[in-house]
Amino acid sequence: MARRGSAILLPAAAILAGFALGALVLVATGKGPLAMFQAMLQSVTGINSQAGTFNPRYIGEFIVQAMPIMLTGLSVGFAFRTGLFNIGAEGQLMAGSIAATAVALWVKAPPGAHVALALLAAMAAGGLWGAVPGWLKARFNVHEVVVTIMMNYIALFLNNWAVVALFQSADRIKTAPFPASAMLKSPALSALTHGSRLNWGFGPVLLSLVVYWFIIEKTAFGYSLRAVGFNKDGAEYAGMKVKRNIVLSMVIAGAFAGLAGAVITVGTFSFGRALPAAEGYGFDGIAVALVGANAAIGIFLSGLLFGMLKAAQTLMQTQGIPKEIASIIQASIVLFIAMKYGITHVIRKLGPSRPGEER
Amino acid sequence: MPFVIEMLDIVKLFPGIRAVDGVTLQVEQGSIHALLGENGAGKSTLMSLLFGLYQPDQGTIKVRGAEVRILDPNVANRLGIGMVHQHFKLVHNFTVTENIILGLEPRSGLVIDLKRAARRVRELSERYGLQVDPEARIEDISVGMQQRVEILKMLYRDAGILIFDEPTAVLTPQEIRELMGIMRRLVQEGKTVLLITHKLKEIKEAADTCTVLRRGRLIGTVPVAGTSEARMAEMMVGREVNFHVDKAPARPGEVVLRVERISVRNPKGLLGLRDLSLEVRAGEILGICGIDGNGQTELIRALAGLSPLESGRILFKGQDLAGRTVKQRSDAGVGHIPEDRHKHGLILDFRLDENFVVHSYGAPPFCRAGILDFRAIRANAERLIAEFDVRCGQGGATPARAMSGGNQQKAILAREIDLSPDLLIVAQPTRGLDVGAIETIHRRIIAERDKGRAILLVSLELDEVLDLSDRIAVLCGGELAGVVDARATDENELGLMMAGSGREA
Amino acid sequence: MTILLTMLPIALIYATPIIIAALGGLFSERSGVVNIALEGIMMVGGFAAAAVTVVLEPSPMAGCWGILAGVAAGLLFSSLHAFACVHLKADQVVSGTALNILAGGITVYLCQIFFDQQRTNAFATGIAKLSVPGLARLPVLGALLFRDVYPTTYAALLLVALTWFVVARTPFGLRLRACGEHPQAAASMGIDVVRMRYAGVLISGALAGLAGGTMVLTQDIQYSLTSVHGTGFIALACLIFGKWKPAGVLGAGLFFGLSQATSIYAKDIPLLQAVPQDFFYMLPYVLTVAALVVFSGRSVGPRAAGEAYDPGKR
Repeated sequence: MARRGSAILLPAAAILAGFALGALVLVATGKGPLAMFQAMLQSVTGINSQAGTFNPRYIGEFIVQAMPIMLTGLSVGFAFRTGLFNIGAEGQLMAGSIAATAVALWVKAPPGAHVALALLAAMAAGGLWGAVPGWLKARFNVHEVVVTIMMNYIALFLNNWAVVALFQSADRIKTAPFPASAMLKSPALSALTHGSRLNWGFGPVLLSLVVYWFIIEKTAFGYSLRAVGFNKDGAEYAGMKVKRNIVLSMVIAGAFAGLAGAVITVGTFSFGRALPAAEGYGFDGIAVALVGANAAIGIFLSGLLFGMLKAAQTLMQTQGIPKEIASIIQASIVLFIAMKYGITHVIRKLGPSRPGEER
Repeated sequence: MPFVIEMLDIVKLFPGIRAVDGVTLQVEQGSIHALLGENGAGKSTLMSLLFGLYQPDQGTIKVRGAEVRILDPNVANRLGIGMVHQHFKLVHNFTVTENIILGLEPRSGLVIDLKRAARRVRELSERYGLQVDPEARIEDISVGMQQRVEILKMLYRDAGILIFDEPTAVLTPQEIRELMGIMRRLVQEGKTVLLITHKLKEIKEAADTCTVLRRGRLIGTVPVAGTSEARMAEMMVGREVNFHVDKAPARPGEVVLRVERISVRNPKGLLGLRDLSLEVRAGEILGICGIDGNGQTELIRALAGLSPLESGRILFKGQDLAGRTVKQRSDAGVGHIPEDRHKHGLILDFRLDENFVVHSYGAPPFCRAGILDFRAIRANAERLIAEFDVRCGQGGATPARAMSGGNQQKAILAREIDLSPDLLIVAQPTRGLDVGAIETIHRRIIAERDKGRAILLVSLELDEVLDLSDRIAVLCGGELAGVVDARATDENELGLMMAGSGREA
Repeated sequence: MTILLTMLPIALIYATPIIIAALGGLFSERSGVVNIALEGIMMVGGFAAAAVTVVLEPSPMAGCWGILAGVAAGLLFSSLHAFACVHLKADQVVSGTALNILAGGITVYLCQIFFDQQRTNAFATGIAKLSVPGLARLPVLGALLFRDVYPTTYAALLLVALTWFVVARTPFGLRLRACGEHPQAAASMGIDVVRMRYAGVLISGALAGLAGGTMVLTQDIQYSLTSVHGTGFIALACLIFGKWKPAGVLGAGLFFGLSQATSIYAKDIPLLQAVPQDFFYMLPYVLTVAALVVFSGRSVGPRAAGEAYDPGKR
């Protein structure tokens, strides 16, 4: 279908433009773009093209970076499909992180069940954090953009308070380490990748991608969500429960982000952390969703792309390339996509009128 | 008399369409010149060219004998050309004066001199009999007065040529007559008026000359006095127009819908509908007419379940609908063809087949255990497309956005009628459609009536209401002004009732 | 009571950048362009101000030049938003979000290039405080408003008055507001909506750049990634809380500044000692959510803000 073709063209062009701009910035400030690309290659494949060595630890770390942003990408994408802009993935992620920490430290359970409980608790907490802006939007028509941004900060401060006050952090930065039963960590996977933090988190991530696709494309519920996302009034006139759908959509979006928080806390790390500032997974999610055109397969691929950018940062820094070039590239890609979406939208609205019809 | 405006051999192209195809228009100074044509005939585009919103691809424009290029509305204003738009361009929370002076503000130092502006507005208002309050905010005044603010905008800029784009769509018959009077007064004061319309009656009443366009082409320019309405209609449409639909007399059966003393609030929080009672029987069409904004929308929303009742009750087939959701009413047999097909009738970004199941997607055969059955959805679409002759490029896979207005409306009708509703609420069914589509839809509505359905027709087109309805209920100010037999009434009586005087129910 | 007197000057210092940035947001939104990139623009402005100040010190005018650099940087950065949203009709929220990410990236990147670290070098003075002779000796107000005050605070108050004057009384202001409420109406009166919206966004860029520069030079000793820490979003909240009016922005800004000052002094106030510090940090954000709920019923923002200008729309 022509639509499918152009859906790939748009993000592809934006990605190329973003990287080109990044290379330009490097050259303009006296750095070599080649080193950046080599660092990116090494982060994904583990191959050091200069020294000719191979170290699978990089591959493991690359997957670790890609996992949470795929989930926040699903969170943002799901809300987008329903016509909502979920900038609150960051806060929902933190809510999930707090819940996962609580289950890890306070609940006693056998290995498999303990992890599962932590993940479920995280999803519930994220869902709840997403339900608030969803309900405010449905009930009071409060625009979700500002509310979710505010709630990101509220979640951050709540997290920091919880780490110290609830979880009794000794050094005010980390909580006590989690029992092994609560973690997604896997010594086997870690050994396979020469000591990376690769963990079983990719299981829930892959499952989430499939669930996302299934709900939106195949279910009646997904149909009504898409209808509300395209035309809220039309959906209402057709008898769909718009308010309920808005809230449910934000709950599900929040659950995806909450799961990301769990994957980070009980997967990548093994303790809860107090943070000086938000780590940006939410914004990464926005980039992932936009580039992935809010489709499951797209989110998977763009999650890999942006995961690569994140993973490459430490290597770049050691090569003398300021690691912030990664955010510059990421921001440029999002900006280019925003501009292109704008153009398509306008072309659609200003299309020629037909004879016999009001323009 | 010399021509004040000449548009010679104008061509204007949009992607895929020749909106204006070699049209010549010559307007005499001091006349009221009508531009007649159906929707899409090119009259709005032609006037937009005159007003500087677009530029012609070919042809010349002359104002008072001199050739001009009108690059934007500023240039048009300087030439003395002003336009009263069909959809008012007024800032809702500015005052009347602020709206009028926008772009041409009188100054006192760095600051706007509002006092001087208000004085001039009052002067102009009195001179032309417009009765406008300079200090009022736009959102607080009536639609008729808002239109007069639009007129003042032009007079403030010393416009000599005033273009009116479909000015009467939002006015009561009385306000229309007032507007005609204002136009004549303008002409007396030396102005020239260009009237874009498709209403033949108004042309007969007010205009001196009429230029007819069809599909972007000039059909002819005629003196109004010597040309009949029928002749003008024929020029407009290209064939003899049958104004009336043939229909057998109604055979009403049981009461399907009984509305008892309902009151409904409008979005502003006021009572948009007050103490209304009416009933509709199976096999009859009850037409609701009234000026836009007099309670029709509230009535429809209350019946469909979109707005709650303040008081009173609605009985459908004997059962109180209180507390029933939109979906429940739809399932119970209340069909609704909404007045805005793009906003409420369809999901434009969905495909046609997806649009067909917008009520029924949640249950078998289209859905089993929460999962959609796409084969059933496609088959259903094919059936409806064939039965209702819906033209679509790619069958069920056609994006709804890509279909023409007439076919979109047919699709909505197909969907609603297919549910076999006992009551069909039809709102503005032919808005923006060409005559061919209108005829098809009118015939379909009559056919459904003859099958025994109860039909509630809400329309702002008096002709349509008179034509289709068996009985007519008139709304005025949110209340029932009266119910009359369609065959026993005429436009004048209805107009009086719509405006608040006339016989009681 | 003495605590309050000690807190108020601090509150003013915190409030100043919030108010200035919020006024910037006012111009942008009044013209019809939502600008959630205030945060990013503040970062760019703060970086420019810090970098220029460090380089020019110990010259006494270093701080002045720094502030001007901040304004210029903000203006330049916001032109990206203007171009994307007004010319290319990009989604305004997405564009703003992208610019926020870009700002973080590019400021720290340049720090690495120029200073070989992820922040600028520390500057010595930044902006010097001043005292107004005579008025500084007034009993209460003297200590608060006229003694040891940053000139940027006066700038903020002046800008509030100026903004009110321009937006409410001048032709420019009327046309700006028309573009934000009903751009098609403005266009039909011959107003160049594109130019007005550019003006709105660029003014917001200049003001947000000024706010960022002020913030870094009066509250910090250098620029780093966390220098602005969400103040741009608080400014947005301040704009909404202040109902898009200059006087409201002033009030809301002072209130938010006070709540930030309270968070620092809470441990010295008996009533508030028990409340954890993090909850004070949360306060402005919670209040904003509450304000949004309270005000949402009456839509007070410019009606056409957030929509790309579509000349063909009827």
